[in-house]
Amino acid sequence: MERLRRTMMFVPGANPAMLRDAPLYGADSIMFDLEDAVSLKEKDSARLLVHNALKTVDFSNTETVVRINALEDGGDQDIEAVVTAGVNVVRLPKTERAEDIVEVAKVITDVEERYGIEVGRTKMMAAIESAEGVMNAREIALASDRLIGIALGAEDYVTNMKTRRYPNGQELFFARNMILHAARIAGIAAIDTVYSDVENTEGFQAEVTLIKQLGFDGKSVINPRQIPLVNAIYAPTEKEIQNAKEVIWGIREAEAKGSGVISVNGKMVDKPIVERAERVIALAKAAKLITEEDI
Amino acid sequence: MELIKHAVAGTVESSDIMVTVEPTNQQAITIDLDSSVEKQFGKQIRAVIQETLTKLGVQAAKITAIDKGALDCTIQARVITAVYRSAGKENYDWKEISSWNA
Repeated sequence: MERLRRTMMFVPGANPAMLRDAPLYGADSIMFDLEDAVSLKEKDSARLLVHNALKTVDFSNTETVVRINALEDGGDQDIEAVVTAGVNVVRLPKTERAEDIVEVAKVITDVEERYGIEVGRTKMMAAIESAEGVMNAREIALASDRLIGIALGAEDYVTNMKTRRYPNGQELFFARNMILHAARIAGIAAIDTVYSDVENTEGFQAEVTLIKQLGFDGKSVINPRQIPLVNAIYAPTEKEIQNAKEVIWGIREAEAKGSGVISVNGKMVDKPIVERAERVIALAKAAKLITEEDI
Repeated sequence: MELIKHAVAGTVESSDIMVTVEPTNQQAITIDLDSSVEKQFGKQIRAVIQETLTKLGVQAAKITAIDKGALDCTIQARVITAVYRSAGKENYDWKEISSWNA
C-alpha cells in the first residue's frame, strides 16, 4: 500500500526541543531542515543534532525526511550525517535539472556503499523552486528510482517569477500543475508548498481544499496546528467511504467467483475506480473513520 | 583529539545544553555543571559528557555546561560539536560517530 503523505511538517534542525517533540503531532512525514532554517555558523551542530535525533527519538511509522544544503554548501556532509543515521528520505532544495538529482543520488550511493547500507534504501525527494525547475519537472521526477516525491517551494518560485503570493493562488497555478503532472508520470508523490500565515485558518483551509482538488498528495506544514486542518480536509465523506467499501467488496466477490468483470450497484468498476477506492479507504483509516474490521 | 581553543556549542533554550570546552594544562577533565534538573539527572549528565569526551579521545579539558533539560542525545551532540570546534576540525568522522549509541 502506498504511503500517505497528507502532511509534511518542517522542523528546524538546530532546535533540540522541536526535534524531540516532532513525532507527537501526527504528521505523516517530518522534514528536518538543515538548509534555510539553520544559520551558516550552526550547520555543524545541526547536523549532529539531527543525526542523534534520527538514531534516538522514536518516530514510529512517521516518515523522516531531511532537507540538505546544496552539495557545494556542505550537502555532502549532510548526506553522510543523515544516511548513516537511517533517514528515510533526503530532500534536495532548489532542484533545477535532472542532473541535480543524479549528482546527489551518486553521493548517497557512495555513502551507502562505504557504510555497508543496502544501496537504494535511502529515498529522495526534490523541491522545485524556480521557473527552470518547473519547466524541467518531468525530467527531474524521472531522474532516479530513489525519488518518492517532488514538492513545490513557492516562496523562491514567486520571487523568481517577479510576483508574490496572493490569497487565490493564481500565480502558482501553472507550477502546481506542472509538478502534479510530472509526479503522476513518474508515479511519485506531489507535495504542495507551505502556507506561512499560521494565524489565517480560513486562508489555509481554502488553499488545502484547492490543492486536494487538483490532486496533490498533501501539503507542507510549518506549525503543528495546521496538521488536523489538512487531515480534516483530506478525510473522505461518509458517502465516499461507503462507495469505496462497496467497490472493494465487489472486487472480493468477483474474485471469489472467478469473474473478470466487476459491477457495483449496476455500474461497471474498472481499474481507476478501484485505485480511487483504495485511496479513499487508506485516507479513511488514517482519519480513524474506519478500522480494518469495517472492510 | 587535541583541544586548541575555547569553543562553545548549544544554547540555553529549553531542552538544550550549552557546552563550553577549554584546553587545560592539567592532565584531567573537569566538568562544571549548572542544570535545571541537577538533583535528578546531574550524575547522568556528567556521565554522558565524560563518556563522549573519552570516545573523542579527549583526556584533558575544562568543561562548563549549562543544562536546560537536554536529552542524552542532545548532550552528546553538543559535546561532540564543541570538541570539534575546539580542535579546529570541520570534517566529522561519521563512521566513528555513527557507531556510538546516542
